[in-house]
Amino acid sequence: MSALRVERADVVVVGGGAAGLSAALAVAEAAARGEGRAPVVALVSKVYPLRSHTVAAEGGAAGVVGDDDSLEQHVADTVAGGAGLCEEDAVRFVVERAAGELYRLERWGLPWSRTDDGDVAVRRFGGMSRARTWFAADKTGFHLLHTLFQTSLRYSGPDGPVRRYDEHHVLDLVVDDPGGPDARVRGVVVHDQHRGEPLLLAAPAVVLATGGSARAWGTSTNAGICTGDGTAMALRAGVPLRDTEFLQFHPTGLPGSGILLTEAARGEGGVLLDAEGRRYLADYGLGPETPVGAPVPRTMELGPRDRLSQAFWHADRDGRTIPTPDGGVVLLDLRHLGAERLAERLPLVTGIAKQFAGVDPATEPVPVRPTAHYTMGGVRTDARGATSVAGLFAAGECASTGLHGANRLGSNSLVETLVVGRAAGEAALERSRAGVADGGAGASPETAVVDRAAAVADGYLAMRGRGSEPPAEIRAELGRVLDADVGIYRDADGLRRALAAVEDLRARYADVRVTDTSAVLNTDWATTLELGATLLVAHATVAAALAREESRGAHQRLDFPATDDVPRHSEVRLGPGGAVEVTHVPVGSAAEHGVGAGKSARTTATPFSAGRGGDA
Amino acid sequence: MSDATDTTAGTVRLEVARTSPGDAAGRRDVFEVPYDDRTSVLDALQWVKDHADPTLTFRWSCRMAVCGSCGVMVNGRPVLGCETFVRGYRTSGLVVEPLAHAAVLRDLVVDTDTFLGKLAAVKPWLVPDGAPRLPLVDAPSRAAGSGGEVAGPTTPDGDDALRAHGPSSGHVQTPGELAAFKGFAECIDCMLCYAACPQLEPAPDFLGPAVVATARRWDEDSRDAGELERADVLDTEHGVWPCVQVGACTQVCPKGVDPARALRDAQRVAEQTWEARQGS
Repeated sequence: MSALRVERADVVVVGGGAAGLSAALAVAEAAARGEGRAPVVALVSKVYPLRSHTVAAEGGAAGVVGDDDSLEQHVADTVAGGAGLCEEDAVRFVVERAAGELYRLERWGLPWSRTDDGDVAVRRFGGMSRARTWFAADKTGFHLLHTLFQTSLRYSGPDGPVRRYDEHHVLDLVVDDPGGPDARVRGVVVHDQHRGEPLLLAAPAVVLATGGSARAWGTSTNAGICTGDGTAMALRAGVPLRDTEFLQFHPTGLPGSGILLTEAARGEGGVLLDAEGRRYLADYGLGPETPVGAPVPRTMELGPRDRLSQAFWHADRDGRTIPTPDGGVVLLDLRHLGAERLAERLPLVTGIAKQFAGVDPATEPVPVRPTAHYTMGGVRTDARGATSVAGLFAAGECASTGLHGANRLGSNSLVETLVVGRAAGEAALERSRAGVADGGAGASPETAVVDRAAAVADGYLAMRGRGSEPPAEIRAELGRVLDADVGIYRDADGLRRALAAVEDLRARYADVRVTDTSAVLNTDWATTLELGATLLVAHATVAAALAREESRGAHQRLDFPATDDVPRHSEVRLGPGGAVEVTHVPVGSAAEHGVGAGKSARTTATPFSAGRGGDA
Repeated sequence: MSDATDTTAGTVRLEVARTSPGDAAGRRDVFEVPYDDRTSVLDALQWVKDHADPTLTFRWSCRMAVCGSCGVMVNGRPVLGCETFVRGYRTSGLVVEPLAHAAVLRDLVVDTDTFLGKLAAVKPWLVPDGAPRLPLVDAPSRAAGSGGEVAGPTTPDGDDALRAHGPSSGHVQTPGELAAFKGFAECIDCMLCYAACPQLEPAPDFLGPAVVATARRWDEDSRDAGELERADVLDTEHGVWPCVQVGACTQVCPKGVDPARALRDAQRVAEQTWEARQGS
């Protein structure tokens, strides 16, 4: 076994996007307040924090400020969008803290767009009954990420409080008694891509802020880095994944690449047209048709995203889309906004349309079609990001706090990264300070932890220079399978086909080829590790989709069009031998969650394997 | 990324500079890459990695020109690989090299830490002016608003059970005050301007265009009071003074930031504040 470098921190944060930076800054601020010994937070990113996918969020972040609005109304809209699967305590937790966190970002200098009087401006967003979406033109995520990152530089240094580990690839969590009653986190094993060597970051508290996994789909808004790494780590560590079958398809992506054109384009008055130039949404239950340029909340183009993507699917089937090599498309018409307003409110959309579609939205409508966008499910946590493993937290898109339910409203996720990221950072520090620096009573000694970490590192490092299955082919095939059979509408035949395909791809992955044997910046190896995580999360997603025999929110079954009377979460765990097991638990029962919450008498368990379930 | 092999319009010659860690010599590899009208330089590199040589090493992430990861030199010019299309090079072919004026770590991956060190040096965060913050707007109403059809749970006192946490106000900033710095805030830290700037050659420690643009982004922000502190950093030998206003930075910026103006402004501010800074 190779010798392993060991470094210690009070809190490890995995991921440098908005949730990870918020968690790290929460710890840094506690250090600045001088409460006790100054803590050190290790901020680990497989890229550089400012490259994180938060950067691509466009539309905005929801927080109640207007006189005509209320916290209760924000809660009500979110719960309505979530179609029965929201955990109301999580919704309330985020909504209550939303505006406060957005004001905190204002005080840190985020360039929010303004009213003429100098107040923060808010815009309308799909599913929101009031204008409550704060925005920075259509680059809200970019400005949010850079404001957080630049503010973190104030606290960054080798002695902390924020100690950055940029371009360090996390291999796995180190957990005592994974899946058992005494499960507790002891740190993370990472690979330093610059020095070309593994490292154990030992800590009594770890926050996963690793983002979503929608890159698994072939057509996706997601960056290359959104591969579900942390989600897979948590599942392997015995934490259930909740509601992973709920994948949001954004109705307006560029055909082929799937690049996002923000919902703000419709909030600002953009309309969707079929091949004949008609506002087709009115024919699919989203009407009545509203005047062009005068959007009405929750109607037509401002309906919830799942409904819009479903309407596209029907319009496509009804022959109302324009055929292209990338499939049918509809048109996003922004011409009536004019070049000036487009430049002021939607500069990124305008640039993307020109650069990547060759279309100037001021003079021509932009062809669009739905694209995989957001992972609503994820690592099961409470409202503050705590998982069932002691010391392990999750925040942001990788987590399932219960805020989004079966369908996320646009602009609720950015604010979730801030609120839950901060809460998880604070909770992680609290655990660290509770005198459990070594894991507490009953924990295995650190030498054992180091040995386990070294074994983990050796296992992953041994993949280099081995195998015969090209990872690029597995990745491409996974994208095709999910696009074809795990899309906007699903049925048992397609999902069984997908499940068998994913199991086959996982079997092929067991012999995956890593050609590059280099220690330094080995991206062949790193992206193949990512692929392993993506395959595992995809497996959980397809199994949960097959097990949910109803239609709800973003999960629509052609063979089960009705919605169950009692809303239940799905939970996926790894059983003996790595089998993917799906159970269902009633909404609300997670409030008391321990590890055993999914095993109560009220749950039903279904083992999911195409081999056992049959693929007839 | 789109796979160009399906609807290919032919192939294009792609020459890539290769550097192995610890081997300064380097080499050149040539690939014939299939492409169509939508194939970007990044797609072409990914095609090589997927089909020809998995060891080719480059950075990328968002594919939409906002994360700043994929800067490379194409035929001597710094560009973002994701938004540069191969079709423009069908006759000339492409020579792809790592960004100039940065240490090469491997193949097309260059050192970013030096740049981030320079960025941190100019205090790219809001330095508060110490003034008390007045409420920007009223605190969120506790009961439902005018159109409030929602009746939430109430406390025993009949109050709304929800309450807002955290600050309920910020600064006032007019659209004009926002416009004064917004252009500089568009910088994505892609380092193309460092590759383009001829002054990084003789003066590698020069803070450089993007970092000075970010310093000015904060200086020009009506909420910030850090201009004099930053001027102490900018008004040094390797601060703003290596700039001789060639303007290459502004020409190559993929986001329309004007670092040349930022440098010009920063040089002027350095002179104008010199006396004020002597007393402090």
